[in-house]
Amino acid sequence: MWKFIHKLASPPHFYSLAARMVPWFVVPGLLLVAYGVYAGLFIAPADYQQGDAFRIIYIHVPSAYLSMMTYMIMAVSAAIGLIWRIKLAHAVAAGAAPLGAWFTFLALVTGSIWGKPMWGTWWEWGDPRLTSELILLFLYFGYMALRGAIDDTVKADKASAVLAMVGAVNVPIIHFSVEWWSSLHQGPTLVKKGGPAMDVAMLYPLLAMILGFTFLFAALLLRRVRAEVLFRERRTRWVKELVLSGGT
Amino acid sequence: MEGLSMGGYGAYVWTCFILAALVFVICEWRARLRQRRVYRDIEVRIKALGDTQ
Repeated sequence: MWKFIHKLASPPHFYSLAARMVPWFVVPGLLLVAYGVYAGLFIAPADYQQGDAFRIIYIHVPSAYLSMMTYMIMAVSAAIGLIWRIKLAHAVAAGAAPLGAWFTFLALVTGSIWGKPMWGTWWEWGDPRLTSELILLFLYFGYMALRGAIDDTVKADKASAVLAMVGAVNVPIIHFSVEWWSSLHQGPTLVKKGGPAMDVAMLYPLLAMILGFTFLFAALLLRRVRAEVLFRERRTRWVKELVLSGGT
Repeated sequence: MEGLSMGGYGAYVWTCFILAALVFVICEWRARLRQRRVYRDIEVRIKALGDTQ
Protein backbone atom coordinates (compact mmCIF):
# COMPACT_ATOMS: atom_id res chain seq x y z
CA MET A 1 0.00 0.00 0.00
CA TRP A 2 2.72 2.46 1.05
CA LYS A 3 4.72 1.47 -1.99
CA PHE A 4 1.74 2.31 -4.21
CA ILE A 5 1.18 5.68 -2.50
CA HIS A 6 4.88 6.46 -2.70
CA LYS A 7 4.92 5.64 -6.41
CA LEU A 8 1.76 7.71 -7.05
CA ALA A 9 3.28 10.68 -5.25
CA SER A 10 6.30 10.59 -7.54
CA PRO A 11 5.89 13.60 -9.91
CA PRO A 12 6.96 11.86 -13.16
CA HIS A 13 4.70 8.89 -12.47
CA PHE A 14 1.75 11.10 -11.58
CA TYR A 15 2.35 13.31 -14.62
CA SER A 16 2.07 10.46 -17.11
CA LEU A 17 -0.68 8.62 -15.19
CA ALA A 18 -2.84 11.78 -15.00
CA ALA A 19 -2.64 12.26 -18.78
CA ARG A 20 -3.93 8.73 -19.31
CA MET A 21 -6.69 9.15 -16.72
CA VAL A 22 -8.24 12.37 -18.08
CA PRO A 23 -10.31 10.72 -20.89
CA TRP A 24 -11.68 8.18 -18.38
CA PHE A 25 -13.26 11.05 -16.50
CA VAL A 26 -14.24 13.24 -19.45
CA VAL A 27 -16.27 10.64 -21.38
CA PRO A 28 -18.55 9.43 -18.53
CA GLY A 29 -18.74 13.01 -17.25
CA LEU A 30 -20.05 14.32 -20.57
CA LEU A 31 -22.49 11.42 -20.94
CA LEU A 32 -23.90 11.92 -17.43
CA VAL A 33 -24.21 15.68 -17.88
CA ALA A 34 -25.87 15.22 -21.29
CA TYR A 35 -28.46 12.90 -19.70
CA GLY A 36 -28.85 15.20 -16.68
CA VAL A 37 -29.40 18.31 -18.79
CA TYR A 38 -31.90 16.62 -21.10
CA ALA A 39 -33.85 14.88 -18.35
CA GLY A 40 -33.62 17.85 -16.00
CA LEU A 41 -34.90 20.33 -18.57
CA PHE A 42 -37.38 18.28 -20.57
CA ILE A 43 -38.40 15.10 -18.71
CA ALA A 44 -38.59 16.04 -15.00
CA PRO A 45 -42.00 17.55 -14.19
CA ALA A 46 -42.25 21.15 -12.98
CA ASP A 47 -42.29 21.61 -9.20
CA TYR A 48 -45.76 22.19 -7.76
CA GLN A 49 -44.59 25.30 -5.86
CA GLN A 50 -41.61 26.64 -7.79
CA GLY A 51 -42.73 25.72 -11.29
CA ASP A 52 -39.96 25.40 -13.90
CA ALA A 53 -37.63 27.66 -11.88
CA PHE A 54 -36.75 24.60 -9.78
CA ARG A 55 -34.69 23.32 -12.76
CA ILE A 56 -31.94 25.69 -11.64
CA ILE A 57 -31.07 23.06 -8.98
CA TYR A 58 -29.53 20.92 -11.74
CA ILE A 59 -26.73 23.49 -11.89
CA HIS A 60 -26.90 25.04 -8.43
CA VAL A 61 -26.73 21.87 -6.32
CA PRO A 62 -23.78 20.19 -8.16
CA SER A 63 -21.80 23.43 -8.17
CA ALA A 64 -22.50 24.12 -4.47
CA TYR A 65 -21.50 20.55 -3.58
CA LEU A 66 -18.30 20.90 -5.65
CA SER A 67 -17.48 24.25 -4.05
CA MET A 68 -17.36 22.58 -0.63
CA MET A 69 -15.82 19.29 -1.74
CA THR A 70 -13.03 21.13 -3.56
CA TYR A 71 -12.23 23.10 -0.44
CA MET A 72 -11.97 19.88 1.55
CA ILE A 73 -9.68 18.37 -1.12
CA MET A 74 -7.57 21.54 -0.93
CA ALA A 75 -7.43 21.55 2.88
CA VAL A 76 -6.67 17.82 3.21
CA SER A 77 -4.00 17.99 0.48
CA ALA A 78 -2.46 21.03 2.13
CA ALA A 79 -2.39 19.20 5.47
CA ILE A 80 -0.79 16.11 3.88
CA GLY A 81 1.79 18.33 2.20
CA LEU A 82 2.54 20.13 5.44
CA ILE A 83 2.71 17.05 7.68
CA TRP A 84 4.32 14.46 5.40
CA ARG A 85 6.08 16.94 3.10
CA ILE A 86 4.67 15.38 -0.04
CA LYS A 87 5.25 17.88 -2.86
CA LEU A 88 2.46 16.46 -5.00
CA ALA A 89 -0.07 17.21 -2.23
CA HIS A 90 0.77 20.91 -2.39
CA ALA A 91 0.43 20.78 -6.17
CA VAL A 92 -3.05 19.25 -5.77
CA ALA A 93 -4.05 22.02 -3.34
CA ALA A 94 -2.71 24.71 -5.67
CA GLY A 95 -4.48 23.16 -8.68
CA ALA A 96 -7.78 22.77 -6.85
CA ALA A 97 -8.08 26.39 -5.63
CA PRO A 98 -9.03 28.13 -8.92
CA LEU A 99 -11.53 25.38 -9.74
CA GLY A 100 -13.09 25.70 -6.30
CA ALA A 101 -13.38 29.46 -6.76
CA TRP A 102 -15.15 29.01 -10.12
CA PHE A 103 -17.66 26.49 -8.72
CA THR A 104 -18.31 28.68 -5.67
CA PHE A 105 -18.93 31.61 -8.01
CA LEU A 106 -21.31 29.45 -10.05
CA ALA A 107 -23.16 28.30 -6.89
CA LEU A 108 -23.52 31.88 -5.68
CA VAL A 109 -24.70 33.28 -9.02
CA THR A 110 -27.17 30.47 -9.74
CA GLY A 111 -28.43 30.70 -6.16
CA SER A 112 -28.95 34.40 -6.63
CA ILE A 113 -30.74 33.85 -9.94
CA TRP A 114 -32.99 31.31 -8.20
CA GLY A 115 -33.55 33.70 -5.29
CA LYS A 116 -34.96 36.49 -7.40
CA PRO A 117 -38.14 34.71 -8.61
CA MET A 118 -38.52 32.56 -5.47
CA TRP A 119 -37.63 34.93 -2.61
CA GLY A 120 -38.10 38.23 -4.43
CA THR A 121 -34.48 39.27 -3.90
CA TRP A 122 -31.12 38.60 -5.55
CA TRP A 123 -29.26 38.58 -2.23
CA GLU A 124 -29.95 38.60 1.51
CA TRP A 125 -27.01 39.61 3.70
CA GLY A 126 -28.54 38.22 6.88
CA ASP A 127 -28.87 34.73 5.46
CA PRO A 128 -26.26 32.33 6.95
CA ARG A 129 -26.07 29.96 3.94
CA LEU A 130 -25.51 32.76 1.44
CA THR A 131 -23.02 34.61 3.62
CA SER A 132 -20.98 31.52 4.55
CA GLU A 133 -20.79 30.50 0.88
CA LEU A 134 -19.56 34.01 0.02
CA ILE A 135 -16.91 33.66 2.75
CA LEU A 136 -15.84 30.42 1.01
CA LEU A 137 -15.26 32.39 -2.20
CA PHE A 138 -13.15 34.91 -0.28
CA LEU A 139 -11.17 32.03 1.28
CA TYR A 140 -10.35 30.75 -2.21
CA PHE A 141 -9.34 34.27 -3.28
CA GLY A 142 -7.23 34.65 -0.13
CA TYR A 143 -5.53 31.31 -0.71
CA MET A 144 -4.67 32.17 -4.33
CA ALA A 145 -3.56 35.71 -3.44
CA LEU A 146 -1.30 34.42 -0.66
CA ARG A 147 0.23 31.85 -2.98
CA GLY A 148 0.79 34.45 -5.69
CA ALA A 149 2.33 36.92 -3.25
CA ILE A 150 5.18 34.59 -2.20
CA ASP A 151 7.82 33.80 -4.82
CA ASP A 152 9.45 30.96 -2.91
CA THR A 153 7.32 27.87 -3.66
CA VAL A 154 8.17 26.11 -0.37
CA LYS A 155 7.23 29.16 1.71
CA ALA A 156 4.09 29.72 -0.38
CA ASP A 157 3.09 26.08 0.14
CA LYS A 158 3.47 26.34 3.92
CA ALA A 159 1.68 29.68 4.34
CA SER A 160 -1.21 28.79 2.04
CA ALA A 161 -1.56 25.34 3.63
CA VAL A 162 -2.17 26.94 7.03
CA LEU A 163 -4.80 29.25 5.53
CA ALA A 164 -6.48 26.30 3.74
CA MET A 165 -6.64 24.27 6.95
CA VAL A 166 -7.97 27.12 9.09
CA GLY A 167 -10.59 27.97 6.45
CA ALA A 168 -11.87 24.38 6.44
CA VAL A 169 -13.92 25.23 9.52
CA ASN A 170 -16.24 27.16 7.19
CA VAL A 171 -17.31 24.03 5.25
CA PRO A 172 -19.42 22.39 8.01
CA ILE A 173 -20.79 25.86 8.81
CA ILE A 174 -22.05 26.17 5.21
CA HIS A 175 -23.53 22.67 5.28
CA PHE A 176 -25.32 22.94 8.62
CA SER A 177 -26.17 26.66 8.45
CA VAL A 178 -29.72 25.93 7.27
CA GLU A 179 -30.27 23.69 10.31
CA TRP A 180 -28.48 25.79 12.94
CA TRP A 181 -29.99 29.17 12.06
CA SER A 182 -33.14 30.44 10.44
CA SER A 183 -32.49 30.84 6.73
CA LEU A 184 -34.27 31.83 3.55
CA HIS A 185 -32.50 28.90 1.94
CA GLN A 186 -34.43 25.65 2.00
CA GLY A 187 -33.28 22.81 4.24
CA PRO A 188 -31.48 19.66 3.06
CA THR A 189 -33.33 17.83 0.28
CA LEU A 190 -30.88 15.11 -0.73
CA VAL A 191 -28.91 14.23 2.41
CA LYS A 192 -31.53 13.85 5.13
CA LYS A 193 -33.09 11.26 7.42
CA GLY A 194 -35.53 9.04 5.54
CA GLY A 195 -33.84 9.58 2.17
CA PRO A 196 -34.14 12.32 -0.44
CA ALA A 197 -37.37 14.37 -0.41
CA MET A 198 -37.72 14.33 -4.19
CA ASP A 199 -39.60 12.37 -6.79
CA VAL A 200 -37.35 9.99 -8.73
CA ALA A 201 -38.20 11.81 -11.99
CA MET A 202 -36.47 14.87 -10.50
CA LEU A 203 -33.91 12.98 -8.44
CA TYR A 204 -32.22 10.85 -11.11
CA PRO A 205 -31.26 13.78 -13.38
CA LEU A 206 -29.92 15.59 -10.29
CA LEU A 207 -27.80 12.60 -9.27
CA ALA A 208 -26.55 12.32 -12.86
CA MET A 209 -25.59 16.00 -12.85
CA ILE A 210 -23.80 15.71 -9.50
CA LEU A 211 -21.86 12.66 -10.70
CA GLY A 212 -21.22 14.19 -14.14
CA PHE A 213 -19.95 17.45 -12.63
CA THR A 214 -17.70 15.42 -10.31
CA PHE A 215 -16.17 13.46 -13.21
CA LEU A 216 -15.57 16.62 -15.24
CA PHE A 217 -14.14 18.33 -12.18
CA ALA A 218 -11.76 15.40 -11.68
CA ALA A 219 -10.56 15.74 -15.28
CA LEU A 220 -10.03 19.48 -14.83
CA LEU A 221 -8.21 18.93 -11.56
CA LEU A 222 -5.88 16.39 -13.15
CA ARG A 223 -5.08 18.86 -15.95
CA ARG A 224 -4.43 21.66 -13.45
CA VAL A 225 -2.24 19.50 -11.22
CA ARG A 226 -0.25 18.27 -14.24
CA ALA A 227 0.57 21.87 -15.18
CA GLU A 228 1.46 22.61 -11.56
CA VAL A 229 3.74 19.56 -11.38
CA LEU A 230 5.44 20.55 -14.64
CA PHE A 231 6.07 24.06 -13.27
CA ARG A 232 7.44 22.83 -9.95
CA GLU A 233 9.65 20.20 -11.61
CA ARG A 234 10.81 22.48 -14.44
CA ARG A 235 14.47 22.20 -13.42
CA THR A 236 14.55 18.43 -13.06
CA ARG A 237 16.08 15.96 -15.45
CA TRP A 238 12.86 14.08 -16.22
CA VAL A 239 11.13 17.30 -17.36
CA LYS A 240 14.10 18.20 -19.53
CA GLU A 241 14.03 14.74 -21.10
CA LEU A 242 10.27 14.98 -21.57
CA VAL A 243 10.48 18.31 -23.38
CA LEU A 244 13.50 17.28 -25.48
CA SER A 245 11.66 14.15 -26.59
CA GLY A 246 8.68 16.30 -27.62
CA GLY A 247 6.37 14.62 -25.12
CA THR A 248 3.47 16.48 -23.52
CA MET B 1 -41.13 27.91 -27.84
CA GLU B 2 -43.07 26.65 -24.82
CA GLY B 3 -40.08 24.58 -23.75
CA LEU B 4 -37.82 27.61 -23.99
CA SER B 5 -40.08 29.88 -21.95
CA MET B 6 -40.06 27.45 -18.98
CA GLY B 7 -43.36 28.75 -17.67
CA GLY B 8 -42.06 32.31 -17.61
CA TYR B 9 -38.80 31.39 -15.84
CA GLY B 10 -36.85 30.75 -19.07
CA ALA B 11 -34.47 33.70 -18.63
CA TYR B 12 -33.47 32.49 -15.15
CA VAL B 13 -33.17 28.80 -16.04
CA TRP B 14 -31.31 29.18 -19.35
CA THR B 15 -28.92 31.77 -17.91
CA CYS B 16 -27.85 29.26 -15.26
CA PHE B 17 -27.28 26.44 -17.75
CA ILE B 18 -25.34 28.70 -20.15
CA LEU B 19 -23.27 30.07 -17.27
CA ALA B 20 -22.37 26.54 -16.14
CA ALA B 21 -21.25 25.63 -19.66
CA LEU B 22 -19.15 28.80 -19.77
CA VAL B 23 -17.50 28.00 -16.43
CA PHE B 24 -16.48 24.54 -17.68
CA VAL B 25 -15.15 25.98 -20.96
CA ILE B 26 -13.16 28.68 -19.10
CA CYS B 27 -11.72 26.16 -16.61
CA GLU B 28 -10.66 23.83 -19.44
CA TRP B 29 -9.20 26.69 -21.48
CA ARG B 30 -7.25 28.07 -18.52
CA ALA B 31 -5.88 24.63 -17.61
CA ARG B 32 -4.66 24.12 -21.19
CA LEU B 33 -3.23 27.64 -21.34
CA ARG B 34 -1.29 27.16 -18.10
CA GLN B 35 0.11 23.83 -19.33
CA ARG B 36 1.13 25.36 -22.68
CA ARG B 37 2.79 28.38 -21.02
CA VAL B 38 4.79 26.30 -18.56
CA TYR B 39 5.84 23.90 -21.32
CA ARG B 40 6.89 26.76 -23.63
CA ASP B 41 8.91 28.43 -20.83
CA ILE B 42 10.76 25.17 -20.23
CA GLU B 43 11.46 24.80 -23.96
CA VAL B 44 12.85 28.34 -24.12
CA ARG B 45 15.02 27.75 -21.02
CA ILE B 46 16.41 24.48 -22.40
CA LYS B 47 17.14 26.14 -25.74
CA ALA B 48 18.88 29.08 -24.01
CA LEU B 49 20.98 26.67 -21.94
CA GLY B 50 21.86 24.73 -25.08
CA ASP B 51 22.92 27.91 -26.90
CA THR B 52 25.24 29.00 -24.11
CA GLN B 53 26.93 25.61 -23.85
